[in-house]
Amino acid sequence: MTFGLQLFQFLLSGLTTGSTYALIAIGFSLIHNATGIVNFAQGEFVMLGGMFMITYYSSLKLPMVLAFFLTLFSVSLIGLLLERGPIRQARSKEILILVMITVGASISIKGLSMVLWGKNAMTLSSFSGDAPLLLWGAAIMPQSIWIFAITLMVVVGLHYFFQGTMTGKAMRAVAASRRTAVLTGIPVDRMILLSFTLSGALGAAAGIILTPITTTSYDVGVMLGLKGFSAAILGGYGSMPGAVLGGLLLGVLESLAAGLVSSEYKDALAFLILLAVLFFKPTGILGRGRLRRV
Amino acid sequence: MGKKNKIYLLIFAAIIFALPAFLRNNYHLMVLNVAALNILVVVGLNLLMGYAGQISLGHAAFFGLGAYISAVLTTTYGFPIWPTILLAMVITGMVAFAIGIPTLKLEGHYLVMATLGFNVIVYIVMIQLEPVTGGPSGFSGIPRLQAAGFVFDSDRKIYFLLWAVSIGSLLLSLNLIHSRVGRAMAALSQNEIAARCAGIDTERYKVKIFVLSAVLASLAGSLYAHYLTFISPGTFSFFYSLQVVTMVLVGGMGSLWGSLFGALLLTLLPEALHAVKEYNVLLYGLILMVALVFFPHGLFPGIAAVLGRGKISGSPDSEKPLALNKGT
Repeated sequence: MTFGLQLFQFLLSGLTTGSTYALIAIGFSLIHNATGIVNFAQGEFVMLGGMFMITYYSSLKLPMVLAFFLTLFSVSLIGLLLERGPIRQARSKEILILVMITVGASISIKGLSMVLWGKNAMTLSSFSGDAPLLLWGAAIMPQSIWIFAITLMVVVGLHYFFQGTMTGKAMRAVAASRRTAVLTGIPVDRMILLSFTLSGALGAAAGIILTPITTTSYDVGVMLGLKGFSAAILGGYGSMPGAVLGGLLLGVLESLAAGLVSSEYKDALAFLILLAVLFFKPTGILGRGRLRRV
Repeated sequence: MGKKNKIYLLIFAAIIFALPAFLRNNYHLMVLNVAALNILVVVGLNLLMGYAGQISLGHAAFFGLGAYISAVLTTTYGFPIWPTILLAMVITGMVAFAIGIPTLKLEGHYLVMATLGFNVIVYIVMIQLEPVTGGPSGFSGIPRLQAAGFVFDSDRKIYFLLWAVSIGSLLLSLNLIHSRVGRAMAALSQNEIAARCAGIDTERYKVKIFVLSAVLASLAGSLYAHYLTFISPGTFSFFYSLQVVTMVLVGGMGSLWGSLFGALLLTLLPEALHAVKEYNVLLYGLILMVALVFFPHGLFPGIAAVLGRGKISGSPDSEKPLALNKGT
């Protein structure tokens, strides 16, 4: 295998995981734009996506498409409950308190999942077999193509939603200025609820498409969430194109680091990047300077 | 007020040092020893959360740095124990300084994420750097603490040392709160912009408190390593960071006594509820969530207020400077 081909191979696998990071990062951005908080439970949504899909598809033997949408629905519902319950009920609306509430939610979901699904790693079969396809000499798994396709559909769908529909525009208005949004009659509370529900669906989608490649277990949420967060910071926190760019870039960098340097420290790379971005350019690649500096 | 607190501290110390006379079971002493170390970490974290308005989810990493630096240098390289503990504190403090300088300028949740990311990195290095750290199976044969020929080789002997250090940190924290620095921190926690206008260099104070809290965690880690003589990465995972934060939140941010009892309760409770080990993670998550949703000023002060006896330690709002008021 030539070096060029090898790089191409790393690029493909990097873009595959990077696509799911992008979906997670978009989830972070949605909730951040609506509320200003970091939803720590975003990674748990991804874990739940994999777990529900395994339950509906592998255990209950439902048809794949039905299981897919049922999973999206289930995790969206959990996102909705998180907002309606702890976040809405919180006595204090200080940002840091709300962030720590999502940390508590994340740990609770993890603990409950351990009780429900056990501690063992669980697998999900690929959507259409495991025979690799050849693309200009590099092997590509059919699942990767599913991941690219579904991520692309989600991104295009979201783009249409935010640019072309009234609800999407209302959400953008809330992100731009909550106070002005209230004054123009936008139901801000409902937009916040919607952002949590959508983030649940995005996390679920990421979990469903990623699980056939990586397997899942009750404790993968924190790591995936943090990587999605790193991707969001890298691209520019709160920006949709930034989230996609950051996700893909992080995926590729990780894949290159694992292939060319050392696979043991692959997981640490995302956090080194996170720290480096926070140190040198906290607004990320595409972010605009809106960070608090008293 | 400072004087009253010192009398309480004296009473607390008297009870603590009298306890071993009544405890025959070494296991109970061990649990209390662990509580003393947790208090050491929690006292620093309480200053950070209550007075600097910042939350760190990386204190397990500082705790772990102290433990591993002490363990590796004394065991593998034969360094003397006490100076190494100091060295570990200095190194950990410098690391915290490097993390704090850029992130403490940003909004609160950036420190949360940066420290959490740092925790994960340290954890991965502990597991992967096998030739040095012993990898996932841990590091054993760490020398015990000794002073002037006296070896702290039992739970009972080290009990007094650990609690003396722990109570010392409480005293330090009390003195700090009632000093010029403490008043500046109280102002900072009330309203950062106003504090800056009054000429307080809030950024520098935040970094200093963060470093202090990391150094205390490092000290606790070193003592832990020399006490148990065996350490493994599992102890220093992100879950421990979360546990200590929960201890502070249960007791009430900015309330020293609250933190003390939060740490005691959450160290002793899981031991008492051995049967529910499976539900440990869920339990912590729920405690954290319920405490924050309903009693953002702390579980104890909140419950006391609900019971209508909120005046026990003064009204929770006036006595404590409550941080975290900088939501944007």
